[in-house]
Amino acid sequence: MENNLLIFEQNSSGRYATSQAPNKIMEIKDIPKNYLRTTTPLLPEASELQVVRHYTNLSRKNFSIDTHFYPLGSCTMKYNPRGVKTAAMLSGFLNRHPLAPESHSQGFLSCLYELQEMLKEITGMTAVSLTPMAGAQGEFAGVAMIRAYHQSRKDYARTEMLVPDAAHGTNPASAVMCGYTVKEIPTLSNGDVDLNALKAALGPHTAGIMLTNPSTLGVFETQIAEIAKMVHDAGGLLYYDGANLNAILGKVRPGDMGFDVMHMNLHKTFATPHGGGGPGSGPIAANDKLKNFLPIPIVGCKENKYYWLDEQAYPNSIGRLSAFMGNAGILIRAYAYIRLLGKEGLHRVAEFATLNANYLMVQLKKAGYTLAFPTRRASHEFIITLTPELKAYGVNAMDVAKRLLDFGIHAPTAYFPLLIPECLLIEPTETESKETLDNFIEAMTKIMVEIKTDQRIMKTAPQTLPLKRLDEVKAARELDITWGHHDDATREH
Amino acid sequence: MKQLPPDLKYTKTHEWVKTQPDGTVLVGITDHAQGLLGDMVFVELPQVDREFKQENEMAVLESVKAAADVYCPISGKIIETNPKLQNQPELINQDPYGEGWICKLKPSNESELNNLLSAQEYEKET
Amino acid sequence: MPFIPHTKSDIQTMLNTIGVSSIENLFDEIPQNIRTGKFKTIPDGLNEMELMRLMQTRADQDKLDFNFIGAGAYEHHIPAAVWDIVTRGEFMTAYTPYQAEASQGTLQLLYEYQTMMANLTGMEVSNASLYDGASGLAEAILMAVRLHKSSHKILILNSLNPNYKKTVKTLVSPQNIECIECTLENIKEHKNKDFAAIVISQPNFFGLLEDVDKLTDWAHENNSLVIAVVNPLSLAILKEPGKWGKTGADIVCGELQPFGIPLASGGPYAGFMCTKKEFIRQMPGRIVGATVDKENKRGFTLTLQAREQHIRRAKATSNICTNQGLLVTAVTVYLSLLGFEGLRRVATQCHSNAEYLYKKLLELNFIKPLFPDKPFFHEFAITLNKPIKNMAGYNLEKDFPEYKNSFLLCVTETKTKEDLDLFVENLAHGK
Repeated sequence: MENNLLIFEQNSSGRYATSQAPNKIMEIKDIPKNYLRTTTPLLPEASELQVVRHYTNLSRKNFSIDTHFYPLGSCTMKYNPRGVKTAAMLSGFLNRHPLAPESHSQGFLSCLYELQEMLKEITGMTAVSLTPMAGAQGEFAGVAMIRAYHQSRKDYARTEMLVPDAAHGTNPASAVMCGYTVKEIPTLSNGDVDLNALKAALGPHTAGIMLTNPSTLGVFETQIAEIAKMVHDAGGLLYYDGANLNAILGKVRPGDMGFDVMHMNLHKTFATPHGGGGPGSGPIAANDKLKNFLPIPIVGCKENKYYWLDEQAYPNSIGRLSAFMGNAGILIRAYAYIRLLGKEGLHRVAEFATLNANYLMVQLKKAGYTLAFPTRRASHEFIITLTPELKAYGVNAMDVAKRLLDFGIHAPTAYFPLLIPECLLIEPTETESKETLDNFIEAMTKIMVEIKTDQRIMKTAPQTLPLKRLDEVKAARELDITWGHHDDATREH
Repeated sequence: MKQLPPDLKYTKTHEWVKTQPDGTVLVGITDHAQGLLGDMVFVELPQVDREFKQENEMAVLESVKAAADVYCPISGKIIETNPKLQNQPELINQDPYGEGWICKLKPSNESELNNLLSAQEYEKET
Repeated sequence: MPFIPHTKSDIQTMLNTIGVSSIENLFDEIPQNIRTGKFKTIPDGLNEMELMRLMQTRADQDKLDFNFIGAGAYEHHIPAAVWDIVTRGEFMTAYTPYQAEASQGTLQLLYEYQTMMANLTGMEVSNASLYDGASGLAEAILMAVRLHKSSHKILILNSLNPNYKKTVKTLVSPQNIECIECTLENIKEHKNKDFAAIVISQPNFFGLLEDVDKLTDWAHENNSLVIAVVNPLSLAILKEPGKWGKTGADIVCGELQPFGIPLASGGPYAGFMCTKKEFIRQMPGRIVGATVDKENKRGFTLTLQAREQHIRRAKATSNICTNQGLLVTAVTVYLSLLGFEGLRRVATQCHSNAEYLYKKLLELNFIKPLFPDKPFFHEFAITLNKPIKNMAGYNLEKDFPEYKNSFLLCVTETKTKEDLDLFVENLAHGK
């Protein structure tokens, strides 16, 4: 029997997990009455078993890497090694207070320092700051560093950040948060940046350009060296969005491509868990031009002693991005992951991510799907478009995405990048086996038959999940984002 | 696809303009535009009395999966906004040229009407 | 040891299908002159046993047995069930719930979380969390400026956590937002100076309680919004921001770490943000809404996505994409286990332990209160008249040079009376 109740709908007045709180309520004598709460907010009232059962059952309504193939393009849903989790949750790491003295932090700091050093070599940059808490915060930090660089040279005219139209939405949003206006650069039909348009856009107003390579279109930007030269000649700097770093790990480095500053998504390339949408972690790396502007704190090392570097050591830093050291526990996980892989293993990541993507691309083409960039190699991901199927049979990309769920496969990224209509962006990652890929190909082959013969089943998918397709229009028009009416839910106590 | 009303003027950014007998104009978006955006869930209307120049952003339309700016088709001052859109944004989907109008403005430079497209010209654009 | 399952024959079959002779050929679009050589300084790979040995050695170096440091991160008991559930693969290895039908677990949990936080803060709506308390405050300030429309100035009571001030400065100054600090004594000088919002933290960085009703009404009389920065655990006993003053705070934010999130060197934690319903379209971050499926069954989905960067791009309310989903899972399970009754027990025990230690310490002749006769929650500041080596609290002098030899001490429910007596006794004997 399926239980769809909210935790609140199971409330029994006065019930709670009694072994989890002190035995009695202490009296409060020394706080003025008018500072105290007089209402009882609606919170769960359940036993420990009820809570454990409720959330265990809820978890089973999720697709996840541990339970399903999850080829979500641009998100690098690779296996998150369990050993890494166990290592990061050792009590010495878990119970360390962020403001503990350095004398009692050497183990933690040594992991961070070594992570900084390893990321320098991986990216081809000369300095790293681990503190950004997500990719988007890394982008903010990197663009803020570009801004600080121009301002330090009294070059105040550079007010414009260039962003290709294929970029992740975070790129323009981050540039705006840094006070820049955004100019979009169009893409050619083969997926490369339009150099003529770039040339026309460059000038004394150009602060820099934000690029992902391979781009969100799943192809490697072959003109990168030329782009770097053009932007640098115009006085601008290059920001590398590390969202697709998994595609090139150990093959080509952003530092060698001519980028000045970049972020990495540890939850993509370095296998830290996505957690249902966070925590991420977005360390940034910079070359000599920009390293003095890195966000603090950074870990230093002298004679085997590790210590924090803050405003004193980095007077030109763009500043702090969090109360403490960003998502420290995620940094420990990434450190452990890189130590597991080692230098040989790191080189193999991009190789097998790319092998898997190209294999899927060739097989889906054989199954009758239309490739967005048929003349190009896939990077670690590739795009198919359902435009022909929409025209011929009325079936769109969302229908295919939902139908895949019925086959026990999480949908690829749908309707992104925005440039390609009716697209699915497919990223298998290196940790999936040939059997899993073949199973996906078989599902997609069956779906192609259904597209042509059974549009009803495509339009009403998913059929096998606890819920059918959800009414998103109702969700937005008749906003219901907290349960129970606020005033009824709170009572005087 | 609904027919393009021949008596309206259009912009390349998919707004329409209807001149009223009193010299004010009604502004809305075309059927083509509402079709691209999909089910409307929210309309951010301009403030009454605010003045806009031609091509300024003056309102925002939100559907579930998209957001689009409405550009002022002709310079002028906002006199009235469509009060029904607050609770029924779907009127833009259902009746883009009628009940789904967005605002009424008093033009400050009527000659700008000449920059706008006829129904025939707009049809070619889309 | 990469986690790659391919056998030799798999590789050969796949290469044949693609029509290339080697994996290397798949990289032939990357110009040769920028290709990477072999990594040199990164160590060789380890197996899991070797990794665990290494990490255990590192973790064991950092044991700090007995301390009273708080200052924004607090030691609390975390029920075992919390992280047992959080680390289930179905929660831990899922992504942002874009495919609602395949993510009902995460989505329903987030909806429950939003309900809990809105009720606890006395506000109408909550988002699904932000990165942490400090960056969450920066987002609240950006939101207030968008709401206020005419002012780019923010007034901050200087008793705010200094690291929050620094984080805010980094994140909002590029948009030309000016943050001005004031004290309770000189706040009146800022009357009618057109601030978009006033930032009030309760308890403040020194653990002290502010007269939030008076401050809130003063702000509203001056046409400013009120941003409340609160320790959510304190709301089990302190007045909820929705009831501050005549009309309540406008945006409430803070750090969720006290609710089942381990100290873990400062993160990952999670920030919360609640507000009034009328302001929701300017709120950043993910929001989950209830709806129905084709058969009219209740379900949950991300909503109001048109505010967000993946749709709005340069015009988004924020560049933020992730919330802190996994930490919110911990918070939700923690709040479900404790309920309001359990929370009140934890919060009153924290307060009563802190009061006990405070009084005991003042009996020592070399310890003076830094802020005498002010009410506090579970943290207080003292000044020492003689130097004590390795004082087990947070040294205030680094951020506040005027407070020499002064320490901030925090006591939570994890300390017993015996712990506290022992600590005082050791101090008395100069240990």
